[in-house]
Amino acid sequence: MSELGGRVLRQERAGVARALTVVERGGSPGRELLRELFPHTGHAHVVGVTGAPGVGKSTLVDGIALEARRRGRTVGIIAVDPSSPFTGGAILGDRIRMQDAVMDAGVFMRSLASRGQTGGLSRSCAASLEVLDAAGFDLILVETVGAGQSEIEIMALGHTTVVVMAPGLGDDIQAIKAGILEIADVFVVNKADREGADRTVREIRSMLHLAALAPPWPPPIIRTVAQTRQGVADLLDSLDRHQIFLQESGTLAGRRLHRTAHLLRQAVTDLADRRLQAAMEGGDWELVLRDILAGRRDPEDVAGTILSGETPGSPGRKEP
Amino acid sequence: MIRVLVAKPGLDGHDRGAKVIARALRDAGMEVIYTGLHQTPEQIADAALQEDVQVVAISVLSGAHPTLVPRIVNLVRQNGQEDVLILLGGIIPEQDVPAMLDAGVAAVFGPGTDTRDIIAYITEHLPAA
Ligand SMILES: Nc1nc2c(ncn2[C@@H]2O[C@H](COP(=O)(O)OP(=O)(O)O)[C@@H](O)[C@H]2O)c(=O)[nH]1
Ligand SMILES: [Mg+2]
Repeated sequence: MSELGGRVLRQERAGVARALTVVERGGSPGRELLRELFPHTGHAHVVGVTGAPGVGKSTLVDGIALEARRRGRTVGIIAVDPSSPFTGGAILGDRIRMQDAVMDAGVFMRSLASRGQTGGLSRSCAASLEVLDAAGFDLILVETVGAGQSEIEIMALGHTTVVVMAPGLGDDIQAIKAGILEIADVFVVNKADREGADRTVREIRSMLHLAALAPPWPPPIIRTVAQTRQGVADLLDSLDRHQIFLQESGTLAGRRLHRTAHLLRQAVTDLADRRLQAAMEGGDWELVLRDILAGRRDPEDVAGTILSGETPGSPGRKEP
Repeated sequence: MIRVLVAKPGLDGHDRGAKVIARALRDAGMEVIYTGLHQTPEQIADAALQEDVQVVAISVLSGAHPTLVPRIVNLVRQNGQEDVLILLGGIIPEQDVPAMLDAGVAAVFGPGTDTRDIIAYITEHLPAA
């Protein structure tokens, strides 16, 4: 075990923070660290919290973390915000609404920028989860915005998905993609202090009926006022019940397998990307392209060569 | 990727300047963690630690910098973040600047500083990763 790996397992704050940086950066130091930590993962209950901007996700995460601490659990938090597609920069502002929980030594919170890559985001998010899991946090909360493909992928990394809505945020319900409906294990109608909360609850209910689902886990709909923590204890109860359901129904094993499949697919794509990149940066790339263009070589064969990690410019090749 | 914490300690209720800096740094391709108003030195140091930033940019308008800033610097260093670049902006009277630099601030940027100067300073003085 490396020194850094040991510091993660001891849940040392600075060590966890540095380990997150190392795995986010990727490359072989990141992979090496993850390899070390992997045998120490599998303990945490990973909960995704998603929903449109402004519905109160960060405030809610703060409340859930406090409630979980009150119940004696430690909490890791990852909040993902989009990077600017133009500059690659990002403003990560979720901490503003998480001030109550994050000073507690039993809570660790990290802001993560999406860094513009769809697959890469779920890879670095998965890696961050592994670090927090290995560090021994009992509950890990992952906040993501919206319902895009990458968010759905991130949600696939967790055990329980909470979809947060709020009254008066436009045609929220209509905007929910079918994909989100499928992944929601718990619905939250936050800002229940505002007018229209009842309507939002009714809309979710009818949407669930319309989907004609008779699932073994009918997703509960919980009303909260995140600012005053009202309903947050109920929400944590639901998260606990869902975890028990996953264990008792054997669904957890299925989800773990699903998650492993996802991680493997991601690892394969990453490896392929790296090999392609290396081939493109190799000096023979242009010649290889010309060969293919002239019909001297077959793209499928060249692809096979690149994927096997060999350089596509064959040494014995003679120019006509 | 350069990660910066933009921190707003003390009681003053204006974060317009802090937000302008945050946006400028984002537009320069940095990842900016912004934690909002009224942060205690402890909150700032703990955020810098958890977020593993390379830069902490503090903005103070209230005149409380002589007490707040040295506390923040000390806490950040106590956490083992020896190399983190600590910058100070806002309303800092000229005669206070030497004391701030003595306390461990790398540079002080007065009102009306061109944000490009701050960006250039960060990229030139960034601690090695
Ligand atoms: N009225 C009301 N406002 C809330 C509630 N929860 C959060 N807010 C406010 O909604 C705004 C957005 O909250 P935030 O947690 O940042 O939302 P996020 O973008 O989904 O993470 C903030 O101004 C919160 O103070 C609530 O239950 N009721
Ligand atoms: Mg948020």
